[in-house]
Amino acid sequence: MAYLRINNVAIKGVSACVPKTIRENRDSYKWGNSESFINSTGIERLHITDKLTCTSDLCIIAAERLLDELNWERDEINAIIFVTQTPDYVLPATSNIIQSKLGLSQDCYALDISLGCSGWVYALSAISGLMQNGTIKKGLLLSGDTISKFCASEDKSTFPLFGDAGTATALEYCEDVNPMCFCMHSDGDGFETIIIRDGGYRNQTSQLSFADKTYGNGIIRNRLNLELDGMSVFSFGISKAPKVVKELLGKIEKNESDIDFFIFHQANLFMNEKIREKLKLKPECVPYSLKDFGNTSCASIPLTLVNCCRERLKSSSLKNIGCGFGVGLSWGAVYFETSNIKCPELIEI
Amino acid sequence: MTLYHSLNINEMEITEFIKHFAEQFDEIDSSKLNQETRFKELTEWSSLVALSIIAMVDEEYDVRIKGDDIRNSTTIFDLFEIVKSRVK
Repeated sequence: MAYLRINNVAIKGVSACVPKTIRENRDSYKWGNSESFINSTGIERLHITDKLTCTSDLCIIAAERLLDELNWERDEINAIIFVTQTPDYVLPATSNIIQSKLGLSQDCYALDISLGCSGWVYALSAISGLMQNGTIKKGLLLSGDTISKFCASEDKSTFPLFGDAGTATALEYCEDVNPMCFCMHSDGDGFETIIIRDGGYRNQTSQLSFADKTYGNGIIRNRLNLELDGMSVFSFGISKAPKVVKELLGKIEKNESDIDFFIFHQANLFMNEKIREKLKLKPECVPYSLKDFGNTSCASIPLTLVNCCRERLKSSSLKNIGCGFGVGLSWGAVYFETSNIKCPELIEI
Repeated sequence: MTLYHSLNINEMEITEFIKHFAEQFDEIDSSKLNQETRFKELTEWSSLVALSIIAMVDEEYDVRIKGDDIRNSTTIFDLFEIVKSRVK
């Protein structure tokens, strides 16, 4: 495991923005009984972007609201990391565009990271690592995805599961905070478990990329659509997520009962509950935002913080563990403390 | 003697595996299942049962099976053999 212990950086705020257009699984699920689908996945509805709205648009709105609440000046922000698998363009990097659109100065460090479900945890390690020696005082981590854009409407393994969201996490150099600690992993043997086959440079887009193919019951998609091997993702998640959380608890010498919130990537209720049960965690310590948002990729952890933990984040000091796992395969867990942070109400646009 | 002994253990293991396997279905007559059962042809088979089997194997045997392992298995015995080969 890659273990990181980062001093002197604190999360000062978190915000999230989702598109207001909702798709109800109760109405639109067409591969059998929608109630049993909802019961097992926990996903009742998804927020879906229109064609014109990109992940960065959602993240920028989330960031603006958060900066306003924090009363941070734009030119104080010296680092921005954007983590997504749905950037604006193949190139240039979206973080440069965001730097300009947010009105941040040209003295800002800007970087894109391409990760999905583990993205928020990974990017948090990256930006706090950059900030730990104090030369950069304030940073923004923007984390989001609009996965609905490449889910085939005839694919039951993706279409009813993925929603869209953009989030912002504000970080500040502070010398009086406890360290953030990270345990991080990667397993590229599983790179085909969650994949879009074409459109990169291994398999460039061709006419064949657009050809719909049937893959068994309820799955028709083309090579530009998201492909997800649900069974393999499940076996990966229930084995690796509990392990990395235990690893982290061991490293920081804390027990489960010392932690206020365990915020897991929101995959689906069936998988997330298996993970929770394996760790013997109390339900009240493990919030879910699945019901209204589904799986929002790298937005899922900060979105869950905003959606489920907002009042306590604003009014108290908390010890938290975040755990992301998925596409890559990539997974990791982070221990972080928060103290009366800013957390604006969820934004819908 | 050794051969006889190991056969017995195998028999016990597969019986136990079938019992755990049957428990993953909401309602199924477990006497209907044996090692030759082509499990994906059962009317009760579903993607949720598949996930429950994966979870059962993880819990009971501490073994990780993937989608391909389920897809490439026909009978319960096929899956049992995969699990057995990976028990640490």
